Amino acid sequence: MIIKTEGITKAFKSLVAVDHVDLSIDEGEIFGLLGPNGAGKTTLLSMLATLLRPTEGTAMINGFDVIKQPGHVRRSIGMVFQAPSSDDLLTGWENLYLHALMFGVPAEVRRERIDEVLTLVDLKDRANDRVKTYSGGMRRRLELARGLLHKPKILLLDEPTLGLDPQTREHIWEYIERLAREGRVTILITTHYMEEADRLCDRVAVIDHGKIIALDSPANLKMQIGKSMIKAKVKEPNLEKIRALPYVSKVEAKDGDVSIVLSEVGAHIQEVLCNLGDASFVELREPTLNDVFLQLTGKEIRAEGAESLEERYTRATGK
Amino acid sequence: MSELTGLYALWYREVKVFLRERSRIISSVVNPLIWLVAFGGGLGSAISFGGTGYQTFIFPGVLMMTVLFTSIFFGLYIVWDKKLDFFKEVMVAPLSRTTLFVGKMLGGCTDALIQGSILLVLGIFFGIQYTVYAVVILVLFLLFVAIGITSIGLAIGSQMSSFEGFGLIQSFVVMPLFFLSGALYPLSGLPDWLMIVVRANPLTYIVDGMRGALLGIYNFPLVEDVVVSLAFVAVMVGVGTLAFKRMSAT
Ligand SMILES: Nc1ncnc2c1ncn2[C@@H]1O[C@H](COP(=O)(O)OP(=O)(O)OP(=O)(O)O)[C@@H](O)[C@H]1O
Ligand SMILES: [Mg+2]
Repeated sequence: MIIKTEGITKAFKSLVAVDHVDLSIDEGEIFGLLGPNGAGKTTLLSMLATLLRPTEGTAMINGFDVIKQPGHVRRSIGMVFQAPSSDDLLTGWENLYLHALMFGVPAEVRRERIDEVLTLVDLKDRANDRVKTYSGGMRRRLELARGLLHKPKILLLDEPTLGLDPQTREHIWEYIERLAREGRVTILITTHYMEEADRLCDRVAVIDHGKIIALDSPANLKMQIGKSMIKAKVKEPNLEKIRALPYVSKVEAKDGDVSIVLSEVGAHIQEVLCNLGDASFVELREPTLNDVFLQLTGKEIRAEGAESLEERYTRATGK
Repeated sequence: MSELTGLYALWYREVKVFLRERSRIISSVVNPLIWLVAFGGGLGSAISFGGTGYQTFIFPGVLMMTVLFTSIFFGLYIVWDKKLDFFKEVMVAPLSRTTLFVGKMLGGCTDALIQGSILLVLGIFFGIQYTVYAVVILVLFLLFVAIGITSIGLAIGSQMSSFEGFGLIQSFVVMPLFFLSGALYPLSGLPDWLMIVVRANPLTYIVDGMRGALLGIYNFPLVEDVVVSLAFVAVMVGVGTLAFKRMSAT
């Protein structure tokens, strides 16, 4: 267990941004944190990185306590921040060089490493330009390169591929995978890209209002929703008949758009379509993490969430 | 060892950034020149002290002022650093807070001393006659100002989260330190109440030491000037280090 949080909590005045979170992450695991804006992802990462002090609970990182041994924790981690954090007036190379110095990259390999990460993020030909002349995506790539530079045991990546083009993103994914599989680096990544989480993560936690509301492998999370999904356009759908079918787990209809979730794969599709009515369009697909996310953090869940917001307020103010 | 490398990195960053911001260097040198030409020249046509022209008389004080202003604002600038996430990158580095403070402080001192040196050279055009001894003493005292005042700036800046208090610091810290230091007037013949305040200001001893070395005009023995300055520097470095230990990242 290289990362373990124990009831870690952060309150900003009456707002509980992270609410008694317990997480255990194994060495070499790629662990994803998903959640809507303001869910508490960055706050959680900041506490793990010793930048914010938990109001309650604690976390052990690489065997060190974030509150009592922040120095050891910092030596174990690398972080890519959500917001821009490179120095505008310096060149890309200089930013990396400074990082290498501050994070104790040995002198013999400094230049080599810098070269390596610059190649990875495809910034070699811009390395000697000042960062203020970079595009947003180039900055992001530089910061990512910086986080990887000192080869930490644990990487905390806060939306690392935000705003990157598909090709660069693919490169980064491959590199992150290699780090975890071959280098045994543990990676905690937040993202709003479901395909990223699906593709990369061994396990995913969905966090909302500071609480973990689901935690499993992407495959299992998707399985919870169902085995396959049918979307169809039908003028007058025969919903009753569909609902009565034993392997149909969920049916929703809105203005002639019908979506059906099946709990089993395979031969039933024809039966469903036959019973449904006169369809002008049909799409058959497997559930995605996006479906999981929407279901977990969507409307129904939100209503519950509003209640718990009140509860949290009560707890925080002691009233 | 790694702390030392980190220290070097922090210093390197400050100096690099400083040298790239030409406009900052130019304005910080033009400002004291205006003092020398307009104030020193204007008032100097009417008064002189101990056979020395007024312009020459205030030259050490204006040198001190240049370093004072650069240093204090360098220190306060850390508020800006904290706003940009660049500082978070520094805060997650495996470096002690003391190293952070010392690295920043040395960076600021270097900036301030570069400006002081430019002004020292320009002094030649104002008819200042240097001896080797005078230059050594001047630089030494400028170093004291730079370390002490950068530390104050960093200490205050590290505890602030916005630029709101800047005006207050300007009025209640920077201006009194400068105007009550004897930078612009001789200490002989000051009213008692003013003398008490002036003698409580560590910068008084720094100006006194500089003027003594350059012009032979002084109120306190050199040893006293040095001892008071050193005590001032030591206290401020201590305060700055403590302030950094208590600083939060956001
Ligand atoms: N320094 C702060 N002071 C007060 N409130 C804060 C502070 N930092 C974060 N918050 C609040 O804590 C909550 C969680 O914020 P956080 O940045 O962790 O969300 P997030 O999950 O990273 O969101 P996003 O996807 O938008 O990055 C938000 O309601 C935010 O307003
Ligand atoms: Mg965030």
